[in-house]
Amino acid sequence: MVMKSALRLQPYFYVLPLIVLLAFVFGYPIVRIFEFSFKMVRGVDGPWIGLRNYELVLSQGLFWESVLHNLQLLLAIPAMIAISLLVSILLYERLPGWKLYRIIVFIPFILAVPIIAVVMKRMFQFSGPVNEVLRWFSLDFMALDWIGSSNVALWTVMILIIWRESALGIILFLARLMSLDESILEAAKLDGATWRQRVWHIIIPQMRGVIEFFAVVSVITMLAAVFAYIFIMGGGRGGPGTATMVIELYIFNALIRTSLPGIAAAASVMLFLVSVLLIFPLFSARRRARAEEVGTQQ
Amino acid sequence: MISPGNIIKQAVLVFSTFLALVPTLFMIMTALKSNEEYAIDKLGLPQAPVLDHFRDVLIDSPFIGWMTNSLILVLGAVILSAVISCIAAYAIASMEFRGRDWLLATSTALMAVPPVVMIVPLFVFYTQLGLISTYAGAIIIYAGLITPFSVYLLTTFFRTIPKELFEAARMDGANSLQILWTVVLPVSLPAFVTLIIVNSLYVWNDLLIAIIFLQDDAKRTLMAGISIFQGRYNNQVPLTMAGMVIASAPMFILYILFQKHFIRGLMSGAVK
Repeated sequence: MVMKSALRLQPYFYVLPLIVLLAFVFGYPIVRIFEFSFKMVRGVDGPWIGLRNYELVLSQGLFWESVLHNLQLLLAIPAMIAISLLVSILLYERLPGWKLYRIIVFIPFILAVPIIAVVMKRMFQFSGPVNEVLRWFSLDFMALDWIGSSNVALWTVMILIIWRESALGIILFLARLMSLDESILEAAKLDGATWRQRVWHIIIPQMRGVIEFFAVVSVITMLAAVFAYIFIMGGGRGGPGTATMVIELYIFNALIRTSLPGIAAAASVMLFLVSVLLIFPLFSARRRARAEEVGTQQ
Repeated sequence: MISPGNIIKQAVLVFSTFLALVPTLFMIMTALKSNEEYAIDKLGLPQAPVLDHFRDVLIDSPFIGWMTNSLILVLGAVILSAVISCIAAYAIASMEFRGRDWLLATSTALMAVPPVVMIVPLFVFYTQLGLISTYAGAIIIYAGLITPFSVYLLTTFFRTIPKELFEAARMDGANSLQILWTVVLPVSLPAFVTLIIVNSLYVWNDLLIAIIFLQDDAKRTLMAGISIFQGRYNNQVPLTMAGMVIASAPMFILYILFQKHFIRGLMSGAVK
């Protein structure tokens, strides 16, 4: 009898450490951001103040500017998908040297964001090498103040994001391509289908799931995981001025620089709710991406 | 076999590869230039390579200390998460119990929750407990953040192991921990390689958690150190680049040495 109930309980002992860890790192904070967002927190706690934090956040121009910047970053996603598709499909053709190309195009994903942001910031300085190259090609009108001008700075960050996140896309897409059923492609080739026809009608339709998955993952990145890019490129302040301010930095400033956890929590709650909305498309895209892969392997 | 189409394809690949490599090339070449040379020539190869900047960086800034801190966090968080996830994923994949599917679904869903959402209460709580700027405190947070991915990856992998292997071991009288140790782990090496690579990259490269939870100079990670370092030497580009070469060297060397594992690990860990 004792043996039997011990056996029945056994799985719970195995998953207990997992539950404790997730409850502490995710569960506890998610519950408390809701609580904090209705309180005027000073130090570790404070009085309930209803919706005051939300009113404050939502009436602040800086918050909306941050939101707008995160939304603007979404414009990078089509470029990332196009670049990743092109490069991964070309790599998949296994042209001479493709293994070396593959090692190199994965490098942006290996290099840490802060490191690459420091390097890119120097490259895009007004007196830096990028402008020098542009002038060399007599494209002086394009030699902008990439970092220092508030009209351009966020676009420069976007170039960096596209450069790095495309590497993830290439990794994902190439993994999918490697599992394609090659016999259909061979048959199409024998039937005289051109390269473009094969790509449009055979390869890309089979990659729909993984493309959707990459798109959803990228939406989450643009809305809530660009802190390291912005922190370095924007000089820690989302600069010049507030030109590269994003929601993550808004939360960081409220928590660390102005010590207003209640305000930071209200913004966190809104970001959390957005991420909850994105869980469903993420799950269904992942399911489709995996089904695609299993489907072709059978 | 050399058709015009293939030439265009090669050209596109060479160009993309070049773009992927440009920042690395710029970083290395500039680090080898003297300030005077960089002032006149920002693009060319270093004419008279100097190593002074590397020496200055290493004397002036505690890069080695920062790297040691980052390494401690990577080891702590990756091992902690691997152990916890391995045991849990084993139960989820091979045992029947109530709440199992719910647990896996919840854990997996947490992958979509951005880390920034969790920092406010954790920061307040850690301040209260005096856990700010402690390795243990940061390791727990990192371990938590990477665990949903670990559980998902391992559960998916464990489920592909043939049931007969479990049955045979059970017939031989092995208990479930012995089965995990002698049957499951030996065939799961590829999954663990992926897990270690993806998770180590995450912890090593993170900036957000590092600057909030490790504010003490002595506990600063490499990425947090870099963000201060680059601000301090804003106008000395070659010196800054020497710092970046040093900072990127460990991962770069590991990548080149273990490229096969990295490429396979990243490709199988990508659909998380």
